[in-house]
Parts: sequence; structure tokens; C-alpha cells
Amino acid sequence: MKIIPASDSSLLVVFGNAISPALHERVIGLFHSFQTRHDPRIRNLHPGYASLLIDFDPLRLTHDELTSVVQQLALAGDSAVDRRANVVTIPVCYDIEFGPDLLDVSQHAGLSQEEVVRLHSSPTYLVYFLGFSPGFAYLGGLPEVLHTPRLATPRPSIVGGSVGIAGSQTGIYPVDSPGGWRLIGRTPLRMFDPEATPPTRLQPGDRMKFSPIDRATFEDISRRADARLA
Amino acid sequence: MTIRVAKPGLFTTVQDLARYGYAHLGISPAGAADPLSFRIANLLVGNDEDENVPALEMTLLGATLEFEGSAIVALTGASCECKAGVAPVPINAAFDLPAGATLKCGSMTTGARCYLSVQGGFDIPLVMGSASTLVAGHFGGFKGRRLQIGDVLHVRQRASYRVRSLRPGALDSLRAPRPLRVTKGSQQEWFGPEAFEKLFSSAYIVSEQSDRKGLRLKGEAVRPRERSELLTDGIPLGAIQVPQDGQPIILFVDQQTTGGYPKIANVIAADIHRVGQLRPRDEVRFAEVSIAEAVQALGEQERWLREIFVS
Repeated sequence: MKIIPASDSSLLVVFGNAISPALHERVIGLFHSFQTRHDPRIRNLHPGYASLLIDFDPLRLTHDELTSVVQQLALAGDSAVDRRANVVTIPVCYDIEFGPDLLDVSQHAGLSQEEVVRLHSSPTYLVYFLGFSPGFAYLGGLPEVLHTPRLATPRPSIVGGSVGIAGSQTGIYPVDSPGGWRLIGRTPLRMFDPEATPPTRLQPGDRMKFSPIDRATFEDISRRADARLA
Repeated sequence: MTIRVAKPGLFTTVQDLARYGYAHLGISPAGAADPLSFRIANLLVGNDEDENVPALEMTLLGATLEFEGSAIVALTGASCECKAGVAPVPINAAFDLPAGATLKCGSMTTGARCYLSVQGGFDIPLVMGSASTLVAGHFGGFKGRRLQIGDVLHVRQRASYRVRSLRPGALDSLRAPRPLRVTKGSQQEWFGPEAFEKLFSSAYIVSEQSDRKGLRLKGEAVRPRERSELLTDGIPLGAIQVPQDGQPIILFVDQQTTGGYPKIANVIAADIHRVGQLRPRDEVRFAEVSIAEAVQALGEQERWLREIFVS
């Protein structure tokens, strides 16, 4: 573990330099330890693949004080954290209208479109962290055969809920935004709702699965209240 | 009391002192780009600072606003020619506007952002504890977006406020040109002495592609010792990241919470307000300070803010 002052108001705790569930478990362990402390001097926590950035008020807490807190919490280990294994299921309609790049992905993989859908919806993915935009989850666990380069030219606008693949990553666009991911489907669920508590459907450290649904089910869920976040 | 937007200006949003506690959900803090001018605006009209009262942030070209009722108003930050009807109004001082007045804020001549506070503050529902607009997330502030023609903002009315005034010349030190002070960044080890030498000796120009997410700079390219992939990690406010072309980007209040480019340096908290006043084509220089010096500068700035008002 390396502790680096990233700025006068933040500390970066680096656990390693690889994308691995084991390193990530330590990131999430420390993240949860800080979350449960509710220290008003801490402003923000940014988990990454193998690091945790801690923003704080430097007039109320020093880098040295925070460093010793980090060391204590890391020593206490993950045992201090009661982490329920949250598995979130996200229904996805892999209709060609929602997944205009499904054909590209299947050709790139040398598989049928049905095979792509089956492979994409079979793993239990790990939510490494959220970033890029509100509610955007970086997921680990995309089968290697589905790795597909992103579009050469990004689309100027993508509908919120769209599911895509970019390189070794898969993810869901939570809000309407531009983007260069290959789109393969869409979820009727809202992934981000600023009025909800919590405002995002996924949290760092969650596990998640995609569950294929047909067009009628997509429309049905869209109309129902449970498309919203609580 | 209500205020109607007759002209929104170039980019006017409701802001306060940022939304903390949600970065792990990908939600950046937003908030006033020049928090110092924002706080001075609120203090001038007597808005208790702890209430963190929402104000308007106008960018490069100010708004024209119609006041339905009378109000006590202050403008701070960038110098901007503002008129109530045909009469010029002061900057950095509270003033009365009669009912029916039209306040017209023009182009900003020096600085990029002007803050408009109203006694009582704008009545804005809090989202995740803050009134700040995060335009990229379509939430916060006024309907999650910049102001448009015809928008009607409500002002809170409360009794017994004490208007403050500034000591003469109190803000002169703010606008004196000097380098942005930085500390070394998260990936400082990626960069050799020649990269830091370039960063600290060159002048950079703020490009037109600069906004609340980040300020793109043009000048001497700064490159890491070797090209390798950075695992995406958290981005502190004011981080100076270096993409492959070597042209630094200062990541700002609406930035992404995580990123994959190495961060060579970081603007100190006491100079963030200066970043908020940088205009396209402005020249920027950087000077290195230690973390201890940066924290000391922030403490001094807080004391300074208490001393600039006539008691």
C-alpha cells in the first residue's frame, strides 16, 4: 500500500497496479471503512480500479493525521466491514433497434448474435467503481471473445439506459450523453435518479448480472413505476 | 419576490459551495467556479455564509434580469458593466433595486465569471444537499440546466439582514497577475525533471475549449518518461492531467470523478478561485509550492476574507 498526497486537499491510497478482484476488495474495504465513519472532514471518496482517492478539508484535517487513519483502517482489514454480497439484476432488451452495433460485435467475435447475447448475459460482473458521468459503472468480467474496439467516431447522443461494449469493458449509459461504445441493447430501468436515495442503482463493490428480456417486457417495465429508482 | 430572465447571457447557472459526498457515484462537486467571489457576494448582501446561499454564476456575458419586487443585490468577480435601467450599478458593493427594475449585465472585461447574490438568496430546492447545477448530469440548480429566456426565479425574503461593505482596495490583491501555485500531482513519479522544468518555466494559453469541466491549455508539451497505461483513478479538484499530446488540462469543478491520464501537478485550493476567472486566450504560468505552503495559503485566505469587510 502506497499513500501519496495527490493535492493539498487529497490523499491517494494505491494498493497495486492491476485490475484484479483481490486488489479491488482492499479498495472497497477501505472505502466502506471511511463511509461508515461519517467523518465531516472528509468530503469525497473516489474508488478506482486499485486505488482510493480521499478528498478532505485541509484546514480541519492534516495529511499526516489522515495517513495514520488510513494505516489503522488498513491494518484492521476488511473483517471490520460487514459487506452484504449485493447482486443487482439489470434487464436488457438486446433488440437490434436498441443495439445497432450488435451485428458488428457478433462479426468481430465470429459468433451469432444469439451467442453474443448469451455470453454477455452469463457472467456475474463486478462493479469496480463509478465515474465518467453520474451513475456510470466500470464493470469487470466481460468474456474475452466479446472484447470489441470502440467506434472510430463517437455518436453525438446516446439514450440513457443503452448498454455497450468498448475494448474489454461493458457498461450502461446512465443519462443521455455522447459516446463511442458499441451499443448492443438497452435497459428500461433508470440507472441514475438525482431525487432517489441512493441516486444510482449500482454502488462500488456491487455484483451485477444482465438478464435478457424481449421487446414486450421492455415496454412493460418502462411503463411501470419500478423502472424508477426508489 | 421573483426575478424573470429577459436574457440569459452566455452561460448562467445557479451555484453554491459544491455538493460533496457523492464522488463514488460518479457525481462531481460542481459549485461556484470562483468560490471566493461567490462568498463575498453573499457576505455583501448579508446572507449568512454558513447558509451557503445559492447565487447566480454568469460567464463572459452577463444576464438581463427583471425584478418584480425590490431587492438588495451584489455583483462580484469579473469586472462587468452593469446597469439598472440606464444608471450604472457598483461592483463589489450591495445596492438597492426598486420593484420593476431591469438589471442588465454586459460583457466581462477582465475575468470570466461574475456572481449575482440577492439578499435572502434564490429559492432553489436542494438535490443531494446542494443547490449547485451539474449541467452534465442534468440536475441541481434551476431545472438542472443553464438559465433560459423567460425563466422565473424565486427569492427568499427574510427579516433583519445586515449589509456589509468592503474596505477600499480590499480586493486589489485578487486580480494582481501571478502564477497559479501548484503542488506535485498523483503521478509525479511518471515525470522527469525536464517535464517539471517545462511546466514551471513556460507560458500556457487557455484554449477556447475550456469550461467548468476543464481548462485545456496550449503551450510546451509535457510528457511522461515513458508511455504506459494508467489504471483509472480518482481526480482531485484542480488536477493538471497530461493526455498523449502533452498539452495540460486543468480539471475543474464539473470534472469527471475518475480518469486515466497521468496527473503531473495540482492547483492549490487557495488558487482555485483564480482558475474560475481564466478566460480563453489568457496566459497561465505555474509555480511549485509544498503541500505545507499550500495549506498555509488557504488558512491565510480564510483570515483575509474575515478582514476585508468594514466592521
